[in-house]
Amino acid sequence: MSSALLYAAAGVALFLIGLHALVWQRHLVRKIIAVNVMGSGASLLLVALGHAGPGATDPVPQAMVITGIVVAVSATGLALSLTLRLARASGQVELPRPRGDDR
Amino acid sequence: MNAGLVFDALLVAILLWLAAASLASRNLFRGVVLFISFGLVLAMAWGRLDAPDVALAEAGIGAGLAGALLLTALGRLRRPAAGSDEAPSAAEPTGAAARRGRPS
Amino acid sequence: MKRRMRLRRNASRLLHLGLVLLLVGAGIALCLLIASLPRGAGLAPAVAAAVPASGVESELTAVLLSFRGYDTLLEMTVLTAALAGVWSLGPAPRLRVSLPGAVLLGMNRTLLPVVILISGYLLWAGGARAGGAFQAGAVLAAAGVLLLLAGATVPDRLRGPPVRAVVIIGLAAYLAVALGVMRDGRRFLEYPATGAGVLMLAIEAACALSIAAILAGMLAGGRPGES
Repeated sequence: MSSALLYAAAGVALFLIGLHALVWQRHLVRKIIAVNVMGSGASLLLVALGHAGPGATDPVPQAMVITGIVVAVSATGLALSLTLRLARASGQVELPRPRGDDR
Repeated sequence: MNAGLVFDALLVAILLWLAAASLASRNLFRGVVLFISFGLVLAMAWGRLDAPDVALAEAGIGAGLAGALLLTALGRLRRPAAGSDEAPSAAEPTGAAARRGRPS
Repeated sequence: MKRRMRLRRNASRLLHLGLVLLLVGAGIALCLLIASLPRGAGLAPAVAAAVPASGVESELTAVLLSFRGYDTLLEMTVLTAALAGVWSLGPAPRLRVSLPGAVLLGMNRTLLPVVILISGYLLWAGGARAGGAFQAGAVLAAAGVLLLLAGATVPDRLRGPPVRAVVIIGLAAYLAVALGVMRDGRRFLEYPATGAGVLMLAIEAACALSIAAILAGMLAGGRPGES
């Protein structure tokens, strides 16, 4: 397996780790971190596939990923502001625990 | 099985562990610090993938600025009142010194 | 009652197991799919062939600002809208109460001019090497973060239109260039053959300023002043 395919598989794994945490974790800030991890995984997949081909490295996925990183950070900033506002308005920053769940 | 592949395999293992540990950590502060480390190791991965511009952007924005945003949000979450954001215990030494007129 | 709790707990653990199995299955399927993709050369040859005519030397800058310039224009729009969203939620809370320590002040005094210089270099170097508007904007945002951490706030004179001008200048310059080049029968965002490099540098400079203001403004967490 070439190293580029290894990074592509790592990107898939990161995306799924982030998705699991997004669904399973109750704390809103953890969900925001999970979305960031998903974005990093998708970016890793894109750039790794661009690196996997023969010849020179494809610069187009790299440009997309740079755009993606900046947009992800600004979305994170907005999401954190909304979380703070929600916490101030409702007093809660975690989703309620489902009954029977011992988390 | 050359040295590059071994290094990449180790890097990927560290990356996956950091992501999982950051999301599963009980202490939120520890989770955010692990997330910053994740971003920096990811910048190394971008370097291995011949993407120096992405590495710069990831280290500066993805790890540095996102980490700063998360830590500031954590600090603000601990104080429900709008207004001052600094922890009373942290402000006490410097605040007390300032009130006494000495440069802190 | 206890039996019901045990049933619910088992159901929750079963649900968790189902989720993990689903994700692992999706992961294996995706990896197999990726391994079976045709391994072409991608867009690298097309980009390499078009770069000499674009006005810059760096392939990445040419892709970001020329070949996929529309995407970058939309990205500036998203950034500005995100800051507008953060500003709409309230005034910026104070970041510190006590006076900053001597180490922080001394570090700022030494680092801030250097950071501005590095940001300017990254902006200039983006045309030929690693660098560009986003990297320069990020470094400049770091300077803004250092200032915020030391307790600096926007001075009263600059609180209204000047701050908003710095935030909007990136998007405004980009739109101005995109519409301005349409004068001689060209399409939206179609740079002229000569002077494309200068136009792109101007756009990048304005965008770097705006990106820095927006990212530092995100850390501030709200509208400047008013607190």
